[in-house]
Amino acid sequence: MERPSALQRLRAAFFASPLDGLITVVLLAALLAGGHALLHWLVFKAQWAVIQVNSTLFAVGRYPLDQQWRLWLLTTLLAGATGLSWGLLRALPRPDRRAVLWPANDRLAVALLSGLGVLVPLVLQLSTAIALRWWSITALVLACRWLAGRWGTALPAIARRGWPLIWPLLYLVGMTLIAGGFGVPAVSPYRWGGLLLTLIEACFAILLCFPLGVLLALGRRSSLPLLRWLSVLYIEFIRGAPLITLLFLGQNILGLLLPGGFTPDRVWRAAWVLTFFAAAYVAEAVRSGLVALPPGQMEAARALGLPVHQAMLKVVLPQALRVALPAMVGQFINLLQDTTLLSLIGLFELLGTARAVMANPAFIGKDAEVYLVLAVLFWCCCAALGLGSRALETRLNTNPQPA
Amino acid sequence: MTPPVTPWWRNRRLIPWLVQAAVGLLVLVLVAFLVGNLVRNLAAAGLLLTWRWIGNPAGFDIAGSWLPFSAEQPYWWALLAGLVNTLRVVVIGLIGASIVGTAVGVASFSGNALLRGLARVYVELIRNIPLLLQLVFWYFVVFLALPGGANAIQWPGLVLAQSGLYLGMPELVNGVWQAPIRLSVEFAALLTGLIVYISAFISEVVRGGIASVPKGQWEAARSLGFTPLQTLRRVVLPQALPVIVPGLNNQYISLAKSSSLAIACGYADLYSVAETTLNQTGRAVEVMVILLGAYLAIDLVISALMNGLNRAVQLRSR
Repeated sequence: MERPSALQRLRAAFFASPLDGLITVVLLAALLAGGHALLHWLVFKAQWAVIQVNSTLFAVGRYPLDQQWRLWLLTTLLAGATGLSWGLLRALPRPDRRAVLWPANDRLAVALLSGLGVLVPLVLQLSTAIALRWWSITALVLACRWLAGRWGTALPAIARRGWPLIWPLLYLVGMTLIAGGFGVPAVSPYRWGGLLLTLIEACFAILLCFPLGVLLALGRRSSLPLLRWLSVLYIEFIRGAPLITLLFLGQNILGLLLPGGFTPDRVWRAAWVLTFFAAAYVAEAVRSGLVALPPGQMEAARALGLPVHQAMLKVVLPQALRVALPAMVGQFINLLQDTTLLSLIGLFELLGTARAVMANPAFIGKDAEVYLVLAVLFWCCCAALGLGSRALETRLNTNPQPA
Repeated sequence: MTPPVTPWWRNRRLIPWLVQAAVGLLVLVLVAFLVGNLVRNLAAAGLLLTWRWIGNPAGFDIAGSWLPFSAEQPYWWALLAGLVNTLRVVVIGLIGASIVGTAVGVASFSGNALLRGLARVYVELIRNIPLLLQLVFWYFVVFLALPGGANAIQWPGLVLAQSGLYLGMPELVNGVWQAPIRLSVEFAALLTGLIVYISAFISEVVRGGIASVPKGQWEAARSLGFTPLQTLRRVVLPQALPVIVPGLNNQYISLAKSSSLAIACGYADLYSVAETTLNQTGRAVEVMVILLGAYLAIDLVISALMNGLNRAVQLRSR
């Protein structure tokens, strides 16, 4: 059979029948009109001063100016760790094929990253000093990526296997840098805001809801009736309530449930509510993984003489979590999006900052610009998480189908 | 020689009971601690549980209430009006999101590459932007920016104006639009936001369901002379529904819960009325019980209906 020419393929894709042709033409016209209107607005109508003037507010809220070096230091550490982790991921041998230093996806990612790193400070017209910092941080990510990818295999096995532990460690270092402690002057949570607060809440909840969710899932599958009932009660109670009512509970009732006078700060109360909320959903994701695993796995591990907890940790959970991974990352993405609800209880995370900025008479009527920037920001974060989860999924698949 | 005695901590019949007793005791102590604090704190604030306040006049107004409501009416009537407003947006939202979601889900199987691509872009765009952000966008950027009076956007049978959406045969009388059906912009913004957001998830459910039908079914139906639309309606959808309905249940419940974000676009739903009630009375625990109970009831009703539907579509496929 002859291969269809490009023209024939185009015709089959867009003009297979008169109706198809009509659909294509109408959609194309609508797309062009919409695209033109959007571009026209972006270039000629939109006024980006509201973002430029408030860029610090959107980034870190009212974090004290003379302490902001701590956040720069943290960003640098994170950039280094990201680059090294990325490079090591590539340097480690894969079950299906030889390690490649720069696979196609990575080249795309590098192009995107360097493009964004260079362009965004320019578009936002940040001051030269700050733009330079962002450019060096972008360069640092790429340099670490290259270093780890090139020489990662030369590292001793223990360093390579233990490397992921850098992340919880970095979390503790980061929280110390942000909040203070160990000799670093304290900065009250009231002064955290913008992207910083969004990320703090999301990271805190994601890190803690995972172990909690695994415990709840195991409880729900337990043979002990009391544990099972308590887990089911908890999971169904949380899943039956809208998050906003639970945040409301955290703000108005949590203080009443604790001994008089002892109430954590509003920021931490919200973070705990987010954690407990997400744990119920993560538990359901993990449970789906546990259900998917044949019972023979547990029985075989027990027959080999492993005690229950070891069989669980070494045989059952690793396989179940792999199955549950896409659903879990889906929940983490939801969690990141759900942080916007904190603006409804008066916290100044990204959306709360946006609403506060727009209440300023100087910026009234600039909603479209601000919301568009927030939407792009959230879209990029969520899409990146989704892409990362898909990449991890293929990497963790130890039985690759022969292509 | 005496048989080896099993120490009690390795007794396989005793251990489960010990573990459960320990967990039960822990939970009991925790609950007692929390409830004890609650009672002590409430007593200190002079707010011990009572439902008498619910008959007092509310003293606030509810914009766009479907139940007739005025400020002299009691709190329980205000909360009921809020619940009715919530149910209204949930029911209409469910229908709208199902229609749009199915259309987008089916479009992602279109032979037309442009339509297929647009369906994917729609899903990927909508799912990755927080619902609350979309709601404030629809409200502040789209609906509040509508032109008013004679400049309103006019389509046959529908007028979009700053004062609301007019359906039926809208007429401009002395600079004010009049029509049989008027929707407030708050309601319209909430409804649009919910439908757009949830339909993206529903389209994924529908897509998964259709993808679960073997390709041979399409080809067999086509070779029997069915048109593509007939194939979808008579052959593919009946087989896809048993897969689709359970997934829809989750999305419908998610929509019902998400409707509580109405407060962001100024629509007086149950949550927003409850918050006002709390601010006026300080009755946090009672208001919380009402809120959680109401949303739980809505979830249960949706689940019951969807379970019925599930049984119906499962039977038909036998």
